[in-house]
Amino acid sequence: MSDEPPTETVAASAADAATTDTGETDDAAVSVEREPDLRDDDAPDPEEVPLQVEGLRKEFGGITAVADASFQVEAGTLTGLIGPNGAGKSTTFNCITGVHEPTAGAVTFRGEDITGLPSHTVANRGLVRTFQIAREFGEMTVLENLMLAPGSQRGESLWRSVLPFVRDDVVDQESELRERCWETLEFFEIDHLAHEFAGNLSGGQRKLLELARALLTEPDVLLLDEPFAGVNPSLEERLLEHVHELREDGYTFLIVEHDMDLIMDNCEHVVVMHQGSVLTEGPPETVRTDEDVIEAYLGGDV
Amino acid sequence: MSTADSRLAAVWERDAVKIGVLLAGIYLAYVLVGVVLDYGVRGQLNSIATLTFYVALFALLSLALNLHWGYTGMFNIGVVGFMAVGIYVMAVVSKAPATEAAAGSVGGLGLPLWVGVLAGTAAAGLLGLLVALPALRLRADYLAIVTVAMSEMVRFTFLSGTFQRFDVGGFVIGFGGGSGLLLDFGSPAQRLFEALFLGGVYDGFVGLIGSVIDNNPRPVADGLLYGLILLGAVGLYYVVLGRLGNSPFGRVLKAIREDEDAANALGKDTKAFKTKAFVLGCALMGLGGILWYMTSGAITPNTYRPRLTFFIWIALIIGGAGSNTGSVMGGALFAALLFQGPRFLQSVVNSLVDVDAPSTFGQALAPIGGAGDLAPLGFYVIDSVRQLQLIVMGLVLIFLMHRRPEGLLGHRKEPASSVQLDRRPDREPAYADGGETDE
Repeated sequence: MSDEPPTETVAASAADAATTDTGETDDAAVSVEREPDLRDDDAPDPEEVPLQVEGLRKEFGGITAVADASFQVEAGTLTGLIGPNGAGKSTTFNCITGVHEPTAGAVTFRGEDITGLPSHTVANRGLVRTFQIAREFGEMTVLENLMLAPGSQRGESLWRSVLPFVRDDVVDQESELRERCWETLEFFEIDHLAHEFAGNLSGGQRKLLELARALLTEPDVLLLDEPFAGVNPSLEERLLEHVHELREDGYTFLIVEHDMDLIMDNCEHVVVMHQGSVLTEGPPETVRTDEDVIEAYLGGDV
Repeated sequence: MSTADSRLAAVWERDAVKIGVLLAGIYLAYVLVGVVLDYGVRGQLNSIATLTFYVALFALLSLALNLHWGYTGMFNIGVVGFMAVGIYVMAVVSKAPATEAAAGSVGGLGLPLWVGVLAGTAAAGLLGLLVALPALRLRADYLAIVTVAMSEMVRFTFLSGTFQRFDVGGFVIGFGGGSGLLLDFGSPAQRLFEALFLGGVYDGFVGLIGSVIDNNPRPVADGLLYGLILLGAVGLYYVVLGRLGNSPFGRVLKAIREDEDAANALGKDTKAFKTKAFVLGCALMGLGGILWYMTSGAITPNTYRPRLTFFIWIALIIGGAGSNTGSVMGGALFAALLFQGPRFLQSVVNSLVDVDAPSTFGQALAPIGGAGDLAPLGFYVIDSVRQLQLIVMGLVLIFLMHRRPEGLLGHRKEPASSVQLDRRPDREPAYADGGETDE
């Protein structure tokens, strides 16, 4: 088996190859051939390409929601994921963030395999999502919603939150957090709503709240699931401004969106999905003129 | 005038004041009725002790349930199972070992009372963990089914002949089956005080009561002191759960209640949080069960029917799920008005008029048709107040669900944090904070 790795291990995991590389000289010779391949297709610099999806497949019973999706998201970009209804965008999203476990394929985040990890682990690694329909914590105030988000808070431990003296640490940390949350509220211009129950917010304000909340987890990559759905044009403008501002600060975005024009105007890189697979990807200009895209997604009208 | 009003409102805003006023009102009502009925000192003190007992216990248990349901949204309708495990384990640990003479009886390990209390509490927590592992993956209503089934399993286990009596390392222990266990602790109040090295205080208090009551002051003193212990426990629960709730931990619990998936997506390991909260709540329910039945002299499995669980649920719903202060108030109101109230009313009527109750409902109705005499029906109602009590509770529950599902304080804004979240500290002038601390 180990004597004839080329045919066997090419399809197998990269980890396998890595271990055999260092071990035997015979294999090293083979892997020299393979190495450029791996670097180009499978293992790009995690600094430049934090998120990478490879051959993702998800079946629900007899239905294949995602057949074979492969794409990557480069650092500091706004990547758009578009496609008609039922193309598998949301399922792809759910597979990346650990809501669903993919049937096959791999998701790599900052060089680590995160396929099938539970969603809270994925989020703690720095890959945070928002939801298609905003999911605010309705019976908590807006400020409370934000205070929840930051990770590894001392007071999240049961005994720390109760025992005297250790609780002082919790209070100190919370005072700092509160300040950060106020700044975030101001950034999104919803500070006047701080003490309102989140459930009383309008649809658009909820979207802002969700984005603010996701940001406070200090993510590296933000996955936004239709952040502009049901948002009026002026608020959409504001949301976009925020997104661009944040991107300039170094955040990376992957956005699922229906609105073709919006994606074309704002994203550097566009991935088009159709019937569970990636139809094409590239800069907006090339995607816009791609025959297949026009055919599949726009019905040939544009 | 308006400033006086607003000052009054500000005082009322404080939760301790709310609870205090409510309790004062309840006690005043009971004492006044006692005065009218000429209860005498002994009767008054006993009535107060009984009232305190139930007020404190329902407050305790609804506080524990509030951690499950009010904070975390875990639909636990197996409360009574955890209570039963608490008291049974405590009994087995602390009962005196069986002697040769009483060969048929079941003994215990004979450890000090406080060891038993700790063991019972821990056992309830452990059972909670056991239930949590498979059940917390389940969504609300399925968890409810699991917990209620568990509480019945606990009851049938204690009923079963298999566990009635067995030998463990020379001790004859067991759960006593259908005939239950005799709790031969003497006075738990005395033993708890002695465990805290306060035996002198206990004796002093008995002496004090003895100076007011002529003969046999000990039971009265026990009742009152036990009430004090219970109120202390309520205070402890209130502080611990309050701190727990007003912290990042409590905030995550609330987020789980609102939307578990969203909390997960923000990087919170919701299953771990739920398990911790569930186990802690179960342990507190176990302790509640211990405190409730420790003084009862004997326990039998059939006391622990699901009905008790629903009493606690009603108490929590009256007070308002999600608020600890509401839980205490709901517990107090439930105990005073719905649980103890009707029985109290019965004894009031019994002492005022000579109740000559007809033995069947038909006999109670017949005179109305004949001479329009309502008295037999009234007597009948008073006589069957314990049965009617359940109907009244049901009606109250229906009314609340229709008109005020959030209870007394359920929908209140109580931001969960160890720091003030209801105003912005640095933007407010200093006096906003300073005024309070100066007082």
